[in-house]
Amino acid sequence: MTAKPDIQPQIEADFSAYLAAQEHKSLLRFLTCGSVDDGKSTLIGRLLYDTKLLFEDQLATLSSDSRKHGTVGDDLDFALLVDGLAAEREQGITIDVAYRFFATDKRKFIVADTPGHEQYTRNMATGASNSDLAVILVDARQGILTQTRRHSYIVKLLGLKHVVLAVNKIDLVDFSQERFDAIVAEYAAFAADFGFETLVPIPLSARFGDNVITRSANTPWYSGPSLLEHLEAVEVASNALARPFRMPVQWVNRPNLDFRGFSGTIVSGLVRPGDAVVVAGSGATSRIRSIVTKDGDLEEAGAGEAVTLTLTDEVDVSRGDVLAAAADRPEVSDQFAAHLIWMHDEPLLPGRPYLIKMGTRTVGAQITEIKHKLDVNTFQRLAAKTLGLNEVAVVNIATHDPVAFDPFADVPETGAFIVIDRMSNLTVGAGMVDFGLRRATNVHWQALNVSKDSRAAMKGQKPVVLWFTGLSGAGKSTVANLVEKKLNAEGRHTYMLDGDNVRHGLNRDLGFTDADRVENIRRVAEVARLFVDAGLITLVSFISPFRAERQMARELMGAGEFVEIFMDTPLAVAESRDVKGLYKRARAGQIKNFTGIDSPYEAPEAAEIRLEAGATAPEAMADQIIAYLKAGGYLG
Amino acid sequence: MSSERMTHLKRLEAESIFIMREVASEFRNPVMLYSIGKDSAVMLHLAVKAFYPSRPPFPLMHIDTTWKFREMIAFRDRMAKELGFELIVHTNQEGLKQGINPFEHGSSLYTHVMKTEALKEALTAHGFDAAFGGARRDEEKSRAKERVFSFRTANHGWDPKTQRPELWNLYNTRVKGGESIRVFPLSNWTELDIWQYILAERIPIVPLYFAADRPVVERGGQLIMVDDERLPLAPGEQPQMKHIRFRTLGCYPLTAAVESDADTLEKIVREMLTARTSERAGRLIDHDEAASMEKKKREGYF
Repeated sequence: MTAKPDIQPQIEADFSAYLAAQEHKSLLRFLTCGSVDDGKSTLIGRLLYDTKLLFEDQLATLSSDSRKHGTVGDDLDFALLVDGLAAEREQGITIDVAYRFFATDKRKFIVADTPGHEQYTRNMATGASNSDLAVILVDARQGILTQTRRHSYIVKLLGLKHVVLAVNKIDLVDFSQERFDAIVAEYAAFAADFGFETLVPIPLSARFGDNVITRSANTPWYSGPSLLEHLEAVEVASNALARPFRMPVQWVNRPNLDFRGFSGTIVSGLVRPGDAVVVAGSGATSRIRSIVTKDGDLEEAGAGEAVTLTLTDEVDVSRGDVLAAAADRPEVSDQFAAHLIWMHDEPLLPGRPYLIKMGTRTVGAQITEIKHKLDVNTFQRLAAKTLGLNEVAVVNIATHDPVAFDPFADVPETGAFIVIDRMSNLTVGAGMVDFGLRRATNVHWQALNVSKDSRAAMKGQKPVVLWFTGLSGAGKSTVANLVEKKLNAEGRHTYMLDGDNVRHGLNRDLGFTDADRVENIRRVAEVARLFVDAGLITLVSFISPFRAERQMARELMGAGEFVEIFMDTPLAVAESRDVKGLYKRARAGQIKNFTGIDSPYEAPEAAEIRLEAGATAPEAMADQIIAYLKAGGYLG
Repeated sequence: MSSERMTHLKRLEAESIFIMREVASEFRNPVMLYSIGKDSAVMLHLAVKAFYPSRPPFPLMHIDTTWKFREMIAFRDRMAKELGFELIVHTNQEGLKQGINPFEHGSSLYTHVMKTEALKEALTAHGFDAAFGGARRDEEKSRAKERVFSFRTANHGWDPKTQRPELWNLYNTRVKGGESIRVFPLSNWTELDIWQYILAERIPIVPLYFAADRPVVERGGQLIMVDDERLPLAPGEQPQMKHIRFRTLGCYPLTAAVESDADTLEKIVREMLTARTSERAGRLIDHDEAASMEKKKREGYF
């Protein structure tokens, strides 16, 4: 077996010229995708093998693996070159994206081999997000499948402009031109609006190598390039340099008192000393003093370069800020519309507090509205209240603080974001900004002459939210009522929010699904915040089963303004009380989504006050809370 | 998606620098694992560039199995000093006391105790929440599957089936107490890229990479260097001088040499371009069993 190409003569002739040529080769990053069993891994294995980039020891491993796990008889099973996880080799499927590297005389390639199974779509998106081109495989016998459409749509969403439609296993349909043309026509019809700059269909056989490296004699009717010829030639250069200057600040570089620089990677445009720049969030402007690197200061730096910029003025800049061309600024807003791909089994819930990371900025955010989701097969718009794994939707998002961004279509690097779950820390979504919904700078808070402090001072108390959480029947309302009575007797100004006075009015439109529970608590928390602002001691008595929402409520209030009171009553005790007969009906299946029965209750991890409601008398528990308020100086 | 005016190596350099700055900004207590090899040399060089004119805001840590080549240890101490890094050296004292060595205990148990366990011990003891490693995706199949920011449980375990999606360069750095992230800034570099970069930037590397006359014994078709008197010789086995060098460096009893005349960087790159075996062919521990790297990584190996 010969493995590596004989490049000895070239190297001997002029080694330094050879090296320079190697270094100046362009790089193409592409992915292979498509439905399961369309032959993605086999195609990459074939490319590596036929470009003679396998080492002898790798070939030896391949032939022993092929005997052990192979699916193609005595032949080498090229898929085993890329399916690197034990579970993948055993099951003969690809679970996660694998990156492989190869080079020809013309180009260097990084190829992401991505899984075809629907459940691993997020791994496919991972591979696509860093690629310039997608090779979408179709089994010539199967034609276009749902997964072909899904992957094509995700490729489009992530902004890829170049696609190869690889009609694979053409040998199994007798190299039929008719079959090939039919598949190409069907594909071209549904991808017509995807805005691909190049869409090149190629008939090929990954297993036998037809039209992979060289054009095949078996498809005389095909006059286009082989796959490798196309990959070597396709022009994918982005227009990043022509776009306005943007640099998200990663790190403030402050080695001593005399130097203050801002380190980051320029994601778009060019910058030179003297250029006018703006700190997008604050609107502060300055000029570039110098572009610092370890290899010396630069006269100019452009998209893709990692630099440290110094400015001529002492302006406030920190990690997460975006430095931008003063004459061509990004949008700054706390609300925007976006396309979102959901990537987790737990559905997206509008109103739930998540984190989003955009550029180098991480902020709290809520999906305020799902405008519609998209059926990836028919591309129809469907109404939706939640979003499940691998679903795509158009949504509105509100962030806690204004962020700087560009529409993804204009500057992908400042228009892309990920969504992170606050409790599990998992990456649960990926999004692309369509447009800002309003300019945050235009929405000024009404300047208030009477402040929260002055209102509270008049009442002689420190406003606070007493947030009672626990199962239905845990005794929340009983204790909260006692507390309010005692405060009232002492001349304190209070208000109580509970299911009865809120569910019947403000939240009349909400039911008991997870999505509605989240929205219910969001509204209650916002109202509680206004009451605290008014100087009141506000008692909130809601089951509020999810940690994430209680955390959101806590973050809405100022320091010391949120006291979580956990009514820790065992389910059995609460159920035995069953004042309203609800447990009985839930057990009988007459009430759905009942907390503790068929909907979870997430107990607080660090509540300010924990009351063992099964063991203590309500009066004593109320006194305990009053004592807490007195000790904390809330009662003046 | 960067500009064509940057060379391939400049693009790789910028990507690695970006990754390092993200870690320095978002983690409480990061550390850079330093294995003293060529990839570590490149990683160190990039770290110095990334934070210039500041010094890199994290220490180096070397897991010393006590079976490294002597030249590696001397080089390690010199580099840390010259570049101004704090250097943490950790050895599994329990393993040392028990006299765990690659000859009597086999490479598998030895690696587990003196490398994997030692590493986990050190990461826990110092409370590091992020650790840089110099691994590359082109090295091995399970590495090809790993994220740039690779999540580890509080027990330092890796679960390849539930990796976090990693889109664009928006790295999710969030961990809870005890959990950590292994970060691989050289993920997208190939072995050839590493050597070309070392050549272009004139990065110092351990002299063992350059060919010289050294004492070796031949075992199972592999050339093992006799670095000190601890290497047990079989009856009749006689070390002989050969002109050798190393493509990869680890513990000397587990790292095979190749016969070579490459005594300059240019010659090394030249030899690389015509190599017929991969560098990991010289790593004896990878041959232990099928999927051995994945298994070791799940247990916490880098």
